[in-house]
Amino acid sequence: MAILIDANTRVMTQGFTGSQGTFHASQGIAYGSKYVGGVTPGKGGIMHPELNLPVFNTVAECKEKTGADASVIYVPAAFAADSILEAIDAEIPLIICITEGIPVLDMVKVKRALGTSKSRLVGPNCPGVITPDACKIGIMPGHIHRRGSVGIVSRSGTLTYEAVAQTTAAGLGQSTCVGIGGDPVKGMDFIDVLEMFLKDDETRSIIMIGEIGGQSEVIGAEFLRKENFGPGKPNKPVVGFIAGATAPPGRRMGHAGAVISGGKDTAAAKMEAMAAAGIHIADSPAALGSTMVKAIG
Amino acid sequence: MNIHEFQGKELLKRYGVAVLDGYVASTPEEAEEGAKKLPGPIYVVKSQIHAGGRGAGRFKDDPNGKGGVRLAKSVEEVKTNAAAMLGHVLVTKQTGPEGKQVNRLYIEAGCDIARELYVALLLDRETSRVVIMASTEGGMEIEEVAEHNPEKILKVHVDPATGVSGYHGRKLAFGLGLEGKQVNSFVKFVTALYQAYVELECAIVEINPLVVTKQGDVVALDAKVSFDDNALFRHKDLEALRDDTEMDPKELDAAKFELNYVALDGEIGCMVNGAGLAMSTMDIIKLYGSSPANFLDVGGTADAARVTEAFRIITSDPNVKAILVNIFGGIAKCDMIANGIVVASKNLDLQVPLVVRLEGTNVELGKKILAESGLKIIPADNLADAAQKVVAAVKGA
Repeated sequence: MAILIDANTRVMTQGFTGSQGTFHASQGIAYGSKYVGGVTPGKGGIMHPELNLPVFNTVAECKEKTGADASVIYVPAAFAADSILEAIDAEIPLIICITEGIPVLDMVKVKRALGTSKSRLVGPNCPGVITPDACKIGIMPGHIHRRGSVGIVSRSGTLTYEAVAQTTAAGLGQSTCVGIGGDPVKGMDFIDVLEMFLKDDETRSIIMIGEIGGQSEVIGAEFLRKENFGPGKPNKPVVGFIAGATAPPGRRMGHAGAVISGGKDTAAAKMEAMAAAGIHIADSPAALGSTMVKAIG
Repeated sequence: MNIHEFQGKELLKRYGVAVLDGYVASTPEEAEEGAKKLPGPIYVVKSQIHAGGRGAGRFKDDPNGKGGVRLAKSVEEVKTNAAAMLGHVLVTKQTGPEGKQVNRLYIEAGCDIARELYVALLLDRETSRVVIMASTEGGMEIEEVAEHNPEKILKVHVDPATGVSGYHGRKLAFGLGLEGKQVNSFVKFVTALYQAYVELECAIVEINPLVVTKQGDVVALDAKVSFDDNALFRHKDLEALRDDTEMDPKELDAAKFELNYVALDGEIGCMVNGAGLAMSTMDIIKLYGSSPANFLDVGGTADAARVTEAFRIITSDPNVKAILVNIFGGIAKCDMIANGIVVASKNLDLQVPLVVRLEGTNVELGKKILAESGLKIIPADNLADAAQKVVAAVKGA
């Protein structure tokens, strides 16, 4: 069953005729996903010259004409918040924003608009979402995935690929992989994705990969302690890892959200909270797959 | 981007935030001139560096002398203190043992302090809103207060749809025990701070201490202002406030080539794509018994030129004894990275051992390029293998 996207998901692209939008839509199509069209304001009415799919001026029109139910955004940072707001206004059920470097106060407004909307947002500054062998939305390399039982949720792009490669090598495969992104203000957080993974039959175990900065891993762990572990609960094995154990406090480590500002948002503090909740902590980023194999028993 | 106290105050003043009069000086004579324009009889001479703890800090060549923020009771005293501070290296809790050279001072008017408070605006990640924090513990480090007396920190969150409202300030003012005229002064102060925060797109505005004067006014005694780097494209004028002398030269160099680089004090140089994987690469190096010399995210669009720049910056650190390249190609293509490594190794005449782990998009092509290059590269099959090999190379095993 997987979560968020499947073989029936109809994907549209915002920033469709740009180089990023074009390249990643073509990769998604090659992977077998159902891409139906996209938006580039001012270029509506033509067919995309390389992809032979319709281009529209507005998200609302694209949705109406193509039946799109997911939109992926490759618009530059300065205009990305506007694109997300347009997708929210058009009531696109799933919005995935890949764009990196969006001003945080723009995202504060977007988050406010999301609260009363019919949309879910994944990202920004994320690799996207993939349900192997069904639908790929984003910039991840498709060929490393294999359909299987592990649900992966992560704040980091390339570290997610690491988890994918390791679970593929271990013969477990993935149900759905969700990159929630490295920004401090974002759409879905750990808790939202974890909740969906717990309800999904195909997801039999979960890997969550966090980073220094913020409290969302701790909140996610607390949610799992209450809703996953214990008699009568799903008891899905969960493996966790936090990147940045060696990062110095006060320094931003690439991601806007990856900065240690207090005592509680260090890698050590988060891993301790996660372990206390019943999550198996991988002591090395190279041990995500092997820790999961052990956790499953 | 961080700025100096005097720059922060100048900006905040434009929004109606109450600050004391002051003048910037980079020579003792300028300090004297500045002091002459102030009413006296009390003056404050403040070191302008991008680090906190200046008052308690000490100058490197005078460890038993006075700190980085000094009181002066005459114009002459301002000048003598300025001479003793300018050009000298100040070591504070936040500068590290190497300290920072004081190139500028801010000469400020003194004031009659009745109470010292704390107020700051920043983004609260848990609510995705701007939070205004206030505390009666002015002058203290807020992290310490948060740990030992969390009840002494008051918070109000601002809905971006409505913006700041009078009640936000009142709630804090009454919580802090302000009364009479002080309440309105505080509300006005906080409202102006919020306007500045959102219009300038700050990351943090911290006023510590915020003082209540004996006359009932509310004034910023210090101001720490930093901006959201992602929003700077909308504020070209703020670029003029950037002080490159406050940055690590290697980090400054890296920023020119859009490389995310953070200098660290270990011995293994790292080049990685993706922030999370770059941090994890540092972590695994530590796990295997060595330490990283840097964090470096080369990004998804790395070509030969950027890889060369990345290598140049990594190897400009004399502590680097080996380099680990860890690439999991998504958008980044392994063949492009491999080409970059070959060009960079030849151009820079790399002398230290180089361990390369490639995975993901076009990996076979990338490995072939490296194998056929004739370079002495130590290939690694996965993350653990790469970490083991690079640590072994450093340990001379």
